[in-house]
Amino acid sequence: MTNSTLSLERLTTLENFGHSLQAQSHLYQPVNTEELAELFRQAKKSGQTVTLRGAGRSYNDAALNGGGIVVSLQAMNRILAWNPETGIVTAEPGVTLQQLWQHVLPDGWWPPVVSGTMFTTLGGCLGANIHGKNNFKKGTIGEHVLEFTARLPTGAEITCLPTKNGDLFYSMISGLGMLGVFTSITLQMKQMYSGLLNVHAFPVHNLQEQLAALMEGAPQHDYIVGWLDSTAGGKSLGRGQIHAADYLAAGDDPEAQKTLQVAYQTLPAKFFGLVPKNLLHYFMATFMINPGVWLVNTAKYVASLRRGEQRQAHAAFHFLLDYVPDWELSYGRGGLIQYQSFLPKETALAAWTEILTISQKRGLPSYLGVTKRHRPDKFLLSHAVDGFSLALDFKITRGNRAKLSAMLQDFDKIVLEAGGRFYFAKNSETSPETARRYLGAETVERFKALKHRTDPNHLLESDLYRRVFGE
Amino acid sequence: MTDKKFASASPLRPRKRAILLGASSGIGAALARRLAHEGYSLALVARREEMLENLCAAINAEAGEVHARAYRHDVREVESAAALFAQLTQDLGGLDVFIYNSGALLPVGLKEFDAEKDLEMTRVNYLGALAWLNPAAAYFQALKRGQIVGMGSVAGDRGRVGAPAYNASKAALHTYLEALRNRLTRYGVNVLTIKPGFVATDMIKNSPRTPMVISAEQAAEDIWQAMRARRQTAYIPAQWGLLMHIIRHIPSFIFRRMTF
Repeated sequence: MTNSTLSLERLTTLENFGHSLQAQSHLYQPVNTEELAELFRQAKKSGQTVTLRGAGRSYNDAALNGGGIVVSLQAMNRILAWNPETGIVTAEPGVTLQQLWQHVLPDGWWPPVVSGTMFTTLGGCLGANIHGKNNFKKGTIGEHVLEFTARLPTGAEITCLPTKNGDLFYSMISGLGMLGVFTSITLQMKQMYSGLLNVHAFPVHNLQEQLAALMEGAPQHDYIVGWLDSTAGGKSLGRGQIHAADYLAAGDDPEAQKTLQVAYQTLPAKFFGLVPKNLLHYFMATFMINPGVWLVNTAKYVASLRRGEQRQAHAAFHFLLDYVPDWELSYGRGGLIQYQSFLPKETALAAWTEILTISQKRGLPSYLGVTKRHRPDKFLLSHAVDGFSLALDFKITRGNRAKLSAMLQDFDKIVLEAGGRFYFAKNSETSPETARRYLGAETVERFKALKHRTDPNHLLESDLYRRVFGE
Repeated sequence: MTDKKFASASPLRPRKRAILLGASSGIGAALARRLAHEGYSLALVARREEMLENLCAAINAEAGEVHARAYRHDVREVESAAALFAQLTQDLGGLDVFIYNSGALLPVGLKEFDAEKDLEMTRVNYLGALAWLNPAAAYFQALKRGQIVGMGSVAGDRGRVGAPAYNASKAALHTYLEALRNRLTRYGVNVLTIKPGFVATDMIKNSPRTPMVISAEQAAEDIWQAMRARRQTAYIPAQWGLLMHIIRHIPSFIFRRMTF
């Protein structure tokens, strides 16, 4: 039996978040675990592979399965239990971070780790084991999971805690949805005394200053993130702006009752009170050429020279990406890719100096650079190191693919030499050899052995899995 | 069948996916090479397994990765078409372009009548096409995108004394493709009818008069350009368009006295 037995009505084209990959799949959306189990039975019978998909916000092919079945978990999106006394929440995998924070904030809680967009789902966040701007302090989202239940492709249901089925706990989180399906996730929230954060912004004039600011700032703040002007070269290479943020202590916010409300956190509907924000990406698209990006980056840097301190709502600070709906469309038809490397604090400066210089020399500047401070974690397919990360966005055009591909391969070499790592939620060009080198052959074998245990028929496969871990 | 999986795609190595029937030699083989050069993943289907395997090996060796896989199939075995189509889309990871290039031209003498030869050409040129174009059309209609390319012929524009069944089978294919086009354009699917003149392949090596012959590589290049432009009908090379316009308008009382 083949996919001729699957209904053509389910056939659809799915994309990655950067709109740079398309794949055709049969898309199903189960509403409960019984329907989910039935899909696995069907897949096994018809010899199909299954990929799990949340909000489709991954930059690469983690949620794509060309020629196979894609199971969207977006309809399994109930918050099952919430205790405002303890801050412990239990939710289904399709619950988005937006749903989550809006549910817990009025009671004075906030998710301890969030991504740069709130549209991601919990299942996806665990699968990629996301981090936020507080990775150096709070680790990845997996470190705040108290327990989860999962449905394995064999049909078995399993409950994992750090102390029970620990091997699966530390591998399913970060496991890219290849070991099983999270069906219920229990997370510890962080208590808040205000809906605001104290945000400090200050400029840094080169890469050395940028990294030093992250290094020294991290222990003093709850969040820290750097913006890097990747168009500036020479002495100004790596210049940018640091944003550090702190929680408010109890009593610091006289209007806490008000600022903890969802309505207070909502992002404005218009930019500068003028431009409807859902049209903004058309306007941005006109700047998405090398000179335009140079102009925007330079203007942003000049503006950043004024130090600032202000109180900002959580949502506004964390979900900058969500300010401009469909911002990724401004990159045009070829879409964009993101290259994020994680480097030990000892080697980061030299390696990124080389990387940024190469990118400018070859006329392929990144349009956006973001730096963060990190700490290592215990999860199997971990991306974090005791050091920093640099995320670079590149626009794809018809003509630059080959050049960009060659450049990223050179970057991979530099990063590997410097003892660095990569992040599957972002990087789409990581080769099997590169993955094996940074993860270690032993880790890859362990991952495959665990997969063989939870998924003996190899039903769970994504384009990403085949590309990086395929035989 | 070659065992290797198709090379994976990534944003910087996007791969369109195509099924190409009748790929082992001639225009089909040249088109396969041309599409591989454009980064396509190709499921190549033909009856002659060894030639097909060699072609795949050559394409993959040149690319340094698996762009083409060989599938042995005889288009006269119409019952197995739908299942194989499903398997190929699964192996390719989807489908962007479907190309029906299988064709047979059996020489028929001016005074010869041979039903067996006529049925044979009809099976390969037309019935096989129906068996494959139906699942391909349904697939693209569901996806609301895609491209179907059918290899017609200038020979399908008129019934001549020299090749009645060949002319009729190609004319049937033209009309069928026209109908598919009318059905599928509204779903965003392009249906392209290619009408080659004389192309230097095995098919015409026994033909007596062959004006304006082009190489299979040139034909493949012209077909690729027509595919890229998402044209409806393309004469290959373009001069045949004018020539066939004239030939189509030769009055019957003259045409039936001609021996061409």
